[in-house]
Amino acid sequence: MTDAILKIRDLHISYGGIRAVKGITLDIAHGELVALIGSNGAGKTTTLKMLAGLLKPVSGSVDYDGRSLLDLPAHQRVERGIALVPEGRGIFARLSIAENLLMGAYCRHDKAEIASDLQRMYELFPRLYERKEQLAGTLSGGEQQMVAMARALMSRPRILMLDEPSMGLAPLMVQKIFQTISEISAQGMSILLVEQNAKLALKVASRGYVMESGKITLTDDADSLLASDAIQHAYLGG
Amino acid sequence: MNIFLQQIVNGLVQGSVYALVALGYTMVYGILGLINFAHGEVVMVGAMLSLTALGVLLGWDVSPLLALPISVVIAMIGCMALGYSIERVAYRPLRHAPRLAPLITAIGISILLQNLAMMIWGRGYHPFPILFENSLHTFAGAIINDIQIAIILLALIIMTGLMWVVNHTRLGRSMRAVAENQHAAQLMGVDINRVISITFMLGSALAAIAGLMVSANYGLAHYYMGFLLGLKAFTAAVLGGIGNLRGAMLGGLLLGLIESLGAGYIGDLTGGFLGSNYQDVFAFFVLIAVLVFRPSGLLGERIAERA
Repeated sequence: MTDAILKIRDLHISYGGIRAVKGITLDIAHGELVALIGSNGAGKTTTLKMLAGLLKPVSGSVDYDGRSLLDLPAHQRVERGIALVPEGRGIFARLSIAENLLMGAYCRHDKAEIASDLQRMYELFPRLYERKEQLAGTLSGGEQQMVAMARALMSRPRILMLDEPSMGLAPLMVQKIFQTISEISAQGMSILLVEQNAKLALKVASRGYVMESGKITLTDDADSLLASDAIQHAYLGG
Repeated sequence: MNIFLQQIVNGLVQGSVYALVALGYTMVYGILGLINFAHGEVVMVGAMLSLTALGVLLGWDVSPLLALPISVVIAMIGCMALGYSIERVAYRPLRHAPRLAPLITAIGISILLQNLAMMIWGRGYHPFPILFENSLHTFAGAIINDIQIAIILLALIIMTGLMWVVNHTRLGRSMRAVAENQHAAQLMGVDINRVISITFMLGSALAAIAGLMVSANYGLAHYYMGFLLGLKAFTAAVLGGIGNLRGAMLGGLLLGLIESLGAGYIGDLTGGFLGSNYQDVFAFFVLIAVLVFRPSGLLGERIAERA
């Protein structure tokens, strides 16, 4: 794939003394929504943390936009357009919703543009607008997920990484979150979506990777994966 | 003379100083979960630096009106450099070490600074020069002098300014974000090392001003003055709820009041058995009482983060 925004080659990562990722290769094309699915402990979160700069790999390469990503510290990767919505959301509970969103724009200095993006986020998530002065810690899990997503979008990322956005949410809220993910994707954002809920993820994704025990065991179009027997059996409860 | 009101005035003056120093403890604790026991020594260095600068400037016949602010700025810059260096050299390498390690290092830095100060400034007391006529004012039966009025006003202005920075600026927002979740703050593009350094420097600048206030109020400074002051300010921070800025200010003022009222009435309460020289006891009674009955302090309640 020549027009890939992100190219991961033979990546190994250790986490807590354990080799959590054992040589994965993965591409994301510009504007593509890629799902990374697999069971708990497969190494998906470790991979995302590494891409965000919170972990260092043991070996392998990551090219982002044609340049190696590995020398950049975490706080500079955001500026280059890589945003992660972490597992468990990682919102700032003691900051207001508006302050959380402004933290998302921390790297930016274009005040007028930040203000208009803030308005766009409130249009995308009207619920947040109603509560913008409220402390984020007082929100429900689903609303916190909205804050985490809006906050990541406030950095104007070129690639958005989402870690288990459906975790712990009520079914209706999951629907709303995934609808929003589709909308963002339709606007041309490159997205890497990590989910345990394989069915949901593959329905919105164009391609999928299946990860097991630190390795990519299968990759294909999302539709083919949804239809495949192995996936049906292992992850879709069919 | 109204003894009660007089003790309130004294308590407010002392409490303003405690509040400024307590803010330094609480800001660092809020961000790193570390008790910077060397902070009291930064106050001492601030006092010494400003006295030295004052001496030199007055020796050059600079007018006191100019010499005082210049000395404050020199002391603040010196203390900010000191605070930055302490974090960089002593705490940053231990960022991921067990919690006991930086605590012991903090005590080591404190002893080191005391001894360095003793080598530089000697063991003696350094008198604070008389810059202006320090006139006395009677206020409803209590006496307050110009220096004390200046201390209370300056402390108020500084605390208001600090609260504004923390609550309404991008820097303040990033400080609160780092205090709450360092990983998430990094994901926002915050350079947490930079924020931590700035926090140490801010606290040290407040300490420098507090040092100047103490030496102006008591008319002297010496190399050991930071130790007890530091412990009491730490007590004030714990009283208010460590990690909470409003708590540090409230705790500082309350501790000042408790101490001076206690010292004023301890003689009457014990039938003359104990005198006001026991005033230091109150701070540590307060510390023990808070730790036993309300370890989170007066304002130290946390908002639960939902899963």
